[in-house]
Amino acid sequence: MYLARVTGRVVASTRYPGLEGVALQWIQPLDESGAAAGAEIVACAAVSSGPGDLVHFVDGREAALACPETFVPVDAAIIGFVEQAVAAGRDLAE
Amino acid sequence: MFLADVIGTVVSSVQIPILDGEKLLLLRPLTPEGRPRGTTRIGIDRAQAGEGDRVLVLDEGNGARQILGDPKGAVKTIVIGVVDYIETESVLRYDHRRSERSFGERSERSPA
Repeated sequence: MYLARVTGRVVASTRYPGLEGVALQWIQPLDESGAAAGAEIVACAAVSSGPGDLVHFVDGREAALACPETFVPVDAAIIGFVEQAVAAGRDLAE
Repeated sequence: MFLADVIGTVVSSVQIPILDGEKLLLLRPLTPEGRPRGTTRIGIDRAQAGEGDRVLVLDEGNGARQILGDPKGAVKTIVIGVVDYIETESVLRYDHRRSERSFGERSERSPA
């Protein structure tokens, strides 16, 4: 599981069956200082979130388990909205 | 499983139900020698770990679901142990039983 910032949203009206109604968001994984770590990815949103939000996400097979239909081809899912993430006394959510 | 230092905590109130009531830790993955390695992780605490602890982390879904007792849980990363000491090639790389400071001084005097 990783920390990330939601940077945008993806709309795809033609999808693999089972993914209907699942929100797709662009997310930028972050390191412990809140700086970007690696490339932005698309994740399905198991909890509602929007651009600018700090979230945590799970990757791999587990991502599909966070979706309404659990046998779907996804590899990243936002599983929580982060209110506070304190590292070295600094809150990355502020 | 991998080694990590606990560098902070994560508070999340809106999350998938399986995470309710679980403490989330911010983790810095490490090499056996204690150098940072890879991307910052978030792990569920099942070892009563806290900031400053060096911990053992499981990063595999089936084991994680087994620990949380939910075969459909979307979880993967769980802190499953607090490390006492680490030895590689007969050299002590980390020892929680001594303070960080005295350990650092010792290793400076006797190069590993």
